[in-house]
Amino acid sequence: MSAQETINITLKVWRQKGPQDPGRFETITVNDVETHISFLEMLDFLNEKLILEDKEPIEFDNDCREGICGTCGAVVNGIPHGHRKAMTLCELHMREFSDDDTIVVEPFRSRAFKVVKDLMVDRSALDKIIQAGGYISVNTGGAADANALPIAQEKAEEAMDAAACIGCGACVASCPNASAMLFVSAKVSQFALLPQGQPEATRRVLAMLKEMDHCGFGNCTNHRVCENACPKEVSISHIARFNREFLKAALFAKAAK
Amino acid sequence: MQQLDGKIPNGPIAEKWDRHLMEMKLINPANRRRYNIIVVGTGLAGASASASLAELGYNVKTFCIQDSPRRAHSIAAQGGINAAKNYANDGDSIRRLFYDTVKGGDFRAREANVYRLAQVSNNIIDQCVAQGVPFARDYGGLLANRSFGGAQVSRTFYARGQTGQQLLLGAYGALSRQIANGQVQMFPRHEMLDLVVANGRARGIIARNLITGELEAHAADAVLLSTGGYSNVFYLSTNAISCNVSAIWQAYKKGAFFANPCFTQIHPTSLPHVSGHQTKLTLMSESLRNDGRVWVPRNPGDKRPANDIPENERDYFLEEKYPSFGNLVPRDVASRNAKQQCDGGKGVGPTGRAVYLDFMQAIQREGKDAIARKYGNLFDMYRNIIAEDPYETPMMIYPSAHFTMGGLWVDYNLMSTIPGLFVLGEANFSDHGANRLGASALMQGLADGYFVAPYTLAGFLGDAGNSDVGEDHAAFNESIQAVKSCIEKLLSINGKRTVEDIHRELGRIMEDKVGLSRNEAGLKEAIEQIRALREEFWQNVKVVGPADTYRLNLQKAGRLADFLDLGELMAIDALDRKESCGGHLRTEAESEDGEAVRDDENFCHVSAWEYQGDGVAPGLHKEPLVFENVELTQRSYK
Repeated sequence: MSAQETINITLKVWRQKGPQDPGRFETITVNDVETHISFLEMLDFLNEKLILEDKEPIEFDNDCREGICGTCGAVVNGIPHGHRKAMTLCELHMREFSDDDTIVVEPFRSRAFKVVKDLMVDRSALDKIIQAGGYISVNTGGAADANALPIAQEKAEEAMDAAACIGCGACVASCPNASAMLFVSAKVSQFALLPQGQPEATRRVLAMLKEMDHCGFGNCTNHRVCENACPKEVSISHIARFNREFLKAALFAKAAK
Repeated sequence: MQQLDGKIPNGPIAEKWDRHLMEMKLINPANRRRYNIIVVGTGLAGASASASLAELGYNVKTFCIQDSPRRAHSIAAQGGINAAKNYANDGDSIRRLFYDTVKGGDFRAREANVYRLAQVSNNIIDQCVAQGVPFARDYGGLLANRSFGGAQVSRTFYARGQTGQQLLLGAYGALSRQIANGQVQMFPRHEMLDLVVANGRARGIIARNLITGELEAHAADAVLLSTGGYSNVFYLSTNAISCNVSAIWQAYKKGAFFANPCFTQIHPTSLPHVSGHQTKLTLMSESLRNDGRVWVPRNPGDKRPANDIPENERDYFLEEKYPSFGNLVPRDVASRNAKQQCDGGKGVGPTGRAVYLDFMQAIQREGKDAIARKYGNLFDMYRNIIAEDPYETPMMIYPSAHFTMGGLWVDYNLMSTIPGLFVLGEANFSDHGANRLGASALMQGLADGYFVAPYTLAGFLGDAGNSDVGEDHAAFNESIQAVKSCIEKLLSINGKRTVEDIHRELGRIMEDKVGLSRNEAGLKEAIEQIRALREEFWQNVKVVGPADTYRLNLQKAGRLADFLDLGELMAIDALDRKESCGGHLRTEAESEDGEAVRDDENFCHVSAWEYQGDGVAPGLHKEPLVFENVELTQRSYK
């Protein structure tokens, strides 16, 4: 961790024009980086220089810059979102690096996430998994009074732990199988814990798992790196709950085949 | 100057919405599939409207600039959502929520709209619970409420500090279900660049595929804009990087009136300015002011570390100036005073744009553990971003643009002055007047999308019928050509300044002269400076092309071009409004003891501006505001 006001760094950053381009690492020196700024602001700072030099700026996804929208994400020195625990890339600050550091930056890699350009990937597969059943089927206007359905506080809190997932895909990028199991299980677990989720429980878990396979994600073999990479610290206990839901559905239910 | 008709239904306020529902036309379920609706934006308003309209059977095309509809900036709202459930049994009611919202907006909102908002607030909570939103609960399993933003009743529902996220994911789930059903066609990574209007009716949009750069024409029977607010005109704000004014600005240029553009909300407790390369001011909950004491060094330029400055050399300026409310004065008063201290050279931190928020006394009084229980997550967030420990040294905070009450003018049906163009959520002007109450933005977005627009849209379609203008109409081709030539122009300038650089300069002008406190001379200067900066932009900006691939700098250049136009309109509106009201102090309208003075005689109206051409002064239309149910009163926090 740097106590200096500014540092000079060397970036080895992935450059790729589009999905068809094979891509390559480019080495760029960035001088006079203020340590107060965030990692993404360092990339902005570099991009302004590149633009004025008539060079291609580095494209990267980002939006809220406060760790909640799930848009940003890249693998920094081998770790999705960088080495700080429970942080998204936009929350990582340059004071975490030292003068003369070389920093390797590459996109989230997975068969299901095609590279769009440079550090940007296509994560629409995660939307497709939600579309397969990651919701409760209730039309607008059809709801009973909110307090008609008491839910034990600890269940609601546990459901909230799962619902905290921001859909960034770091779990996929960290997994040796490129499995989306932490993502899928977070949604299945949230609804499995709530009474509202029960009517569709069987159909939901089977449909979401099928879609995950269909999109080209791998399966879970309990490496647990996803939990470590998750910026919201979603626990793999949700995968355990997912597995129970899946067993129940696969063994005992005839519906939704 | 013409008077605007808000189309407010007749009858007592509590009956207006019900009567209107009976009077509006309906569309037969079998006929709804004959109507195509475009929704732009997938925040709370856009996602909820898309899902609700699709459930009813309309064909919906929904567009967002993010890579997924789940990422719109509603997701970042922390605090909560208000509803008049009175679960806390503390005397809340629809009427009280209505009253608080009108008063909180400093009497610059339309009574009838606000009453309807309070009425449907309860349906929103029911709907969200049914969707599986994990709201906080009491030990008995019922929903928990808290008092928020100075409200005297506990009416705020919340899901930890992530209420916006959970509500948005609920609406996103409903939207996803309709995408799976084929009832919504979703266009992520698409940016609306023009509104197509022909024969006096909105006919569709021109959208750019941000990955391929292709321009697409999409025709529809009605267009709903739910594209959020424009706080990023200040460059540094709590908004996400992609938040912009462009969609509603194009609609303004096609004839939709822009109402109260100068009404913006500046939040007092965001993280401070620490660097000239900073792009974002993260919001921290205002609840911090319950225990934190705000101060600056008494002597300008005192660069000693906070803990080395003795008590008698600290200026607790809020406590001294406002003895009865102290550090808990309203948002605008706290923000204005903090900025004044920094402008006077007493600001702290690396850029001098911060004041201290000090918890030492609270820690001595209640113990570190008690403070950690209340604010632990906020202190952690502060430590992560600023790398200082608020348990040991005072926090630094600075005001930041956060929400825009102004937006496109809409009538009671949420329809703009262009027939067939509806505007929902933060993008319209309607419910928050000159200042928004805490936990009301989420309520308004979902009210508009779930419970208002689906009905009022049918009312419009029932009268107007199908649009007879398709994508082959000349109006679409003209729009595409105009957008294309604008993009080519931006790429051809090849100047010496980046988009960011010019945007930072615009932000400084807006913050200094069109922000918290303003006066005639400053606003006139701002108008001149913005015009000169716009000139500079069109002569000297540098944008890297070509446009046939993902190009964030090109997107940002187009958005900045619109912010430069909007900035001028905000200054013109602020110049015209010679009163202090809501979040703003007009220094000419200040009492002897420095308080804001509202002028109901001359300014109890909505100012709606009409575009009359580039370089031509916009036309002003006024909608008088009539208060029949809440008595006009001046506030005082001394």
